Amino acid sequence: MSPRDAKPAWATQGPALSIDALGKKCPMPIIMLAERIGEVPIGDVVEVLADDPATRTDVPAWCGLKSHEFLGAADIAEATGWAFRVRRSY
Amino acid sequence: MRPVAQDALLAALEDGWADPARLHREGRQARLLLDQSRERVAAAFGCRPDEVSFASSGTQAVHLAVLGAVAARRSATRGPGHVVVSAVEHSSVLNAAAFAEDAGTTVTITGVDAHGRADVEAFGEAVRRDRTVLACLQSANHEVGTVQPVPEIAEACRAARVPLFVDAAASAGRMPVPEGWSLLAASGHKWGGPPGVGIMAVRKTVRWKAPLPADNREGKRVPGFPNLPAILAAVIALEAADADQDAADRKLRRLTGVIRERLPELVADCVVHGDPVNALAHIVTFSCLYIDGEALVIELDKAGFSVSSGSACASDTEQPSHVLAAMGALTHGNVRVSLPADTAEDSVIAFLDVLPDIVSRLRGSVGSARARSGG
Repeated sequence: MSPRDAKPAWATQGPALSIDALGKKCPMPIIMLAERIGEVPIGDVVEVLADDPATRTDVPAWCGLKSHEFLGAADIAEATGWAFRVRRSY
Repeated sequence: MRPVAQDALLAALEDGWADPARLHREGRQARLLLDQSRERVAAAFGCRPDEVSFASSGTQAVHLAVLGAVAARRSATRGPGHVVVSAVEHSSVLNAAAFAEDAGTTVTITGVDAHGRADVEAFGEAVRRDRTVLACLQSANHEVGTVQPVPEIAEACRAARVPLFVDAAASAGRMPVPEGWSLLAASGHKWGGPPGVGIMAVRKTVRWKAPLPADNREGKRVPGFPNLPAILAAVIALEAADADQDAADRKLRRLTGVIRERLPELVADCVVHGDPVNALAHIVTFSCLYIDGEALVIELDKAGFSVSSGSACASDTEQPSHVLAAMGALTHGNVRVSLPADTAEDSVIAFLDVLPDIVSRLRGSVGSARARSGG
């Protein structure tokens, strides 16, 4: 695998939980994330699918406030929106 | 509007409506009043009267300042130039830059820290790029109140021989105008004057070319018959604001300080934004987790408090505040409180009294009890 192809593990492996918040307006995607992050083991990754523009700022901001690790965001191939990945830290 | 400005506006509507360009007696008297207004504004901003123009709004003053500076440096051989703006400028500045970009100017938008303070290094680096014709930095942020490092950036611009445009709308009348500007804009209603008065100041040494069709008004800078009654009222309001500046600052800083301090004690999962120290005295902005900003504004309005919001749901564009986004700050559940000069301590206490219940009610209605335990 060349350096250009190398992606971080969190981007290639499936998340432990995927939350579909497409079509939901803020703060709902954040509420869904906050309500369900406790369902995955500590250290595992939760994915949130969302298309509200505010989520681009609010998902990482929530992670900062709650001390969970924001891993990144990727465009969703099939829809307008993003897949946010968060690692449960505690 | 300050009462003294309102009185001046009504009196001026009786006396000062004539066209200052005309030679008849009323015209000459209007001309005199306009010239005196210009001198008084120049004294307040520390510049020459012939550097000051009156525009029809702060936004128009911003557009003219930016586009005029860019137009003056446009070169057939060397191209339309490069402009630097901070990410947290008022939308009028960003829109002017975008407009110039459509005509070929390149624009660099530089970042800010978590408080919304411009990154001095990044800004300086961008300014030193080849063919930079203008740098734009506000004196203070209109949404979160953070005061910008204008002196440091003015020094970088001076060293790079790049003119600096300072949008002083948020701070004029409240704090001294920062040193080092080449162009300046301000807005009369922000210091308690009437709407419809903008100020553009351009230093004599700075090249500026009118971006609108030719007109002889306002030193050929702003077209059209100036709104003299509003200008007179705006000048009176500015002088009243300046005379009261220290006392108003102390009082408002204490009141917003109470809000800043008490909020985290009264409301869980709530973040207050902006620099707590180097900030405008009258603004405090905060975001509450798990609730909708528009709903919060509506509930506060029902309780008698007029606030704004930077949340996406509260805006026409369905986009969150570009200022909060640039800061990486939470945008939902956002409230911006801007205290007028005559705010009483009682109303701040009353605000802090009703807010926790409103937040609880709104959180309860979204069924987010599990959210609080899961986060």
